[in-house]
Amino acid sequence: MALPQAKRDLTEDRIAALTLPTGGWSDGPRADALTRLRLMGLPTRRDEYWKYTRPDSLTQVETPKAAVFEGEETPIFDEIDRLKVVFVDGVFDADASDDLSLEGLSIERLATSRADIHWAKDLYGRLETNGQTPVNRPLAALNTAFATDGLLIHVTGKVSKPVNLIYHHGSETSDAILHHVVKLDAGAEMTLLENGPAAARFNKVMEVDVADTARFHHVRAQGRDYERRAATHIFARLGSESAFKSFTLTVNGVMTRNDCVIELTGDDAIAHVAGACVGDGDFHHDDTIFITHDAVNCESRQVFKKVLRNGATGVFQGKILVKKDAQKTDGYQISQSLLLDGDSQFLAKPELEIYADDVACSHGSTSGAIDEEGLFYLRSRGVPEGQATDLLTIAFLAEAVMEIEDAALADEINARIEGWLLRRRS
Amino acid sequence: MLEIKNLHVKLEEEDKQILKGVNLTVEAGKVHAIMGPNGSGKSTLSYVLSGREGYEVTEGSATLLGEDLLDMEPEERAAAGLFLAFQYPVEIPGVGNMTFLRTAVNAQRKARGEEEMSSTEFLKEIRARAKDLKIDAEMLKRPVNVGFSGGEKKRNEILQMAMLEPKMCILDETDSGLDVDAMKLVADGVNALRSEGRGFLVITHYQRLLDHIQPDVVHIMSDGRIVKTGGPELALEVENNGYADIVTEEA
Repeated sequence: MALPQAKRDLTEDRIAALTLPTGGWSDGPRADALTRLRLMGLPTRRDEYWKYTRPDSLTQVETPKAAVFEGEETPIFDEIDRLKVVFVDGVFDADASDDLSLEGLSIERLATSRADIHWAKDLYGRLETNGQTPVNRPLAALNTAFATDGLLIHVTGKVSKPVNLIYHHGSETSDAILHHVVKLDAGAEMTLLENGPAAARFNKVMEVDVADTARFHHVRAQGRDYERRAATHIFARLGSESAFKSFTLTVNGVMTRNDCVIELTGDDAIAHVAGACVGDGDFHHDDTIFITHDAVNCESRQVFKKVLRNGATGVFQGKILVKKDAQKTDGYQISQSLLLDGDSQFLAKPELEIYADDVACSHGSTSGAIDEEGLFYLRSRGVPEGQATDLLTIAFLAEAVMEIEDAALADEINARIEGWLLRRRS
Repeated sequence: MLEIKNLHVKLEEEDKQILKGVNLTVEAGKVHAIMGPNGSGKSTLSYVLSGREGYEVTEGSATLLGEDLLDMEPEERAAAGLFLAFQYPVEIPGVGNMTFLRTAVNAQRKARGEEEMSSTEFLKEIRARAKDLKIDAEMLKRPVNVGFSGGEKKRNEILQMAMLEPKMCILDETDSGLDVDAMKLVADGVNALRSEGRGFLVITHYQRLLDHIQPDVVHIMSDGRIVKTGGPELALEVENNGYADIVTEEA
């Protein structure tokens, strides 16, 4: 079926403005991705999954300008013992990064991996391709084709400390495209941390292949730059008895779209995806989640909380798909917003599609203001109104933050939330 | 300590007068009880004094140690020494009981220009107080009042009272939803806090709480006014004859 002319023009213009990296094992997957992209076309507002989020600024050729924001806070995760990998506007910064070696894993850079044979050859773009059905994710295909760099992480054992990808934003017009592949062997375990605004516009894909009994922990903090834009995708496949736990905190940002596509392919696997976002004013945040249960006795949780004020917009599109043979599925989905004034809005589209007959799936979505009863109770005990409101806001976000297993990492996230609230206390 | 003069209060949202001229003085070191039938305005009085929204004072005054209560925010009233033990303590999911109490204690101290309590000092204090009220460490860690039984919620109110060391305590239907054992535990907690410098206003529908917390003065409230004041024997009269006699007698 031919694409509408406008969509084709949009797609071809964008492709023409980018350079396809060549050389080595990734040539094949990149060429395939380019074909996929041309067939799908870049998203427009007419697309089902872009009704609530305008894709224009993410697809147009020119990068919308984004001022670099200088915060006064200590960078997040600074207290954590970790291996740092730094990118500035999507360009690897060797001087700022640690030596890329750590027991239990190997790290290579996509940009310098030029051999013809590589383990990542069978994975790069593979999970992304699977994630294109039944919902198209053209920005991810664009990423697979044109990513300039990224990390190829092969985890073979239990890794003693987290790997922290730090994305600095240095130029007002930077347009970064990064693609990471993480492959966890059976029994392996790692924690991946990500933070920073990355660029004026950031397109990132992370494919995570979690083999049987492996465990992957992910904690991400999308930084404070107000004008930054980001479209990120996580594609994960889970083997039996494996676990995937991802949490994202988003603070500010004029446009953030986070897609997370997970396929539970082995029995008894666990996938938890959680997010907390705090937005003030010109803020648009979209979480689009798709979890497919294709095995027996798996558990999935989607916990998303949004605090919105001064006209900020939050979007949640979350789906649980339970295939015919995925019996004993335990699925949970909650999306809630705390609207701190009448100008903010929350648009939620929870979806369940269940073909198995022996499953437990629950979902809920709410929007509300601060609980007046709770507020009065706290104030009657001497807690001033501003502080009481903050305490209730933190409490509102707690269910999402509690999805982080590691207490020290949860503390880091809570400190960011508290900082954001404190700066806005009236 | 607490001085209420000719207090008239109506609902903000509708034209309904609830309090129609309440006069009441609670002295330091004394326990006053307010009894009365449902809808007489007892709870409204406690809410107006603690600063809950939704009420409008149309006439009269209320002062705590000479300071105008009605002009203060709820948190300022608390810092000035007022404490209300809620009839229905509010559940606050996500906020740990301990965090909540420490925030409250230090917010009040800060408001009064006092030094904040250190965490060691606070822990020592709360453990001792909690033990007296048979509140275990688990209850201190749990979110405020979430999943607490009726008795646990009321004991938690008394724990807050003990930690905040208010000058004037108002107990709103603290006996509601309590069995005899739980009521005794709560009453013991309150009695332990009775002191020279502290006033109590115990609001209750039934006399039984007053068996455990012996009042110095008993007031009967009806239709927004205090219609009779007497000693502890007045509570017994209510127990035996109900409110009807007293209310008609005065009307």
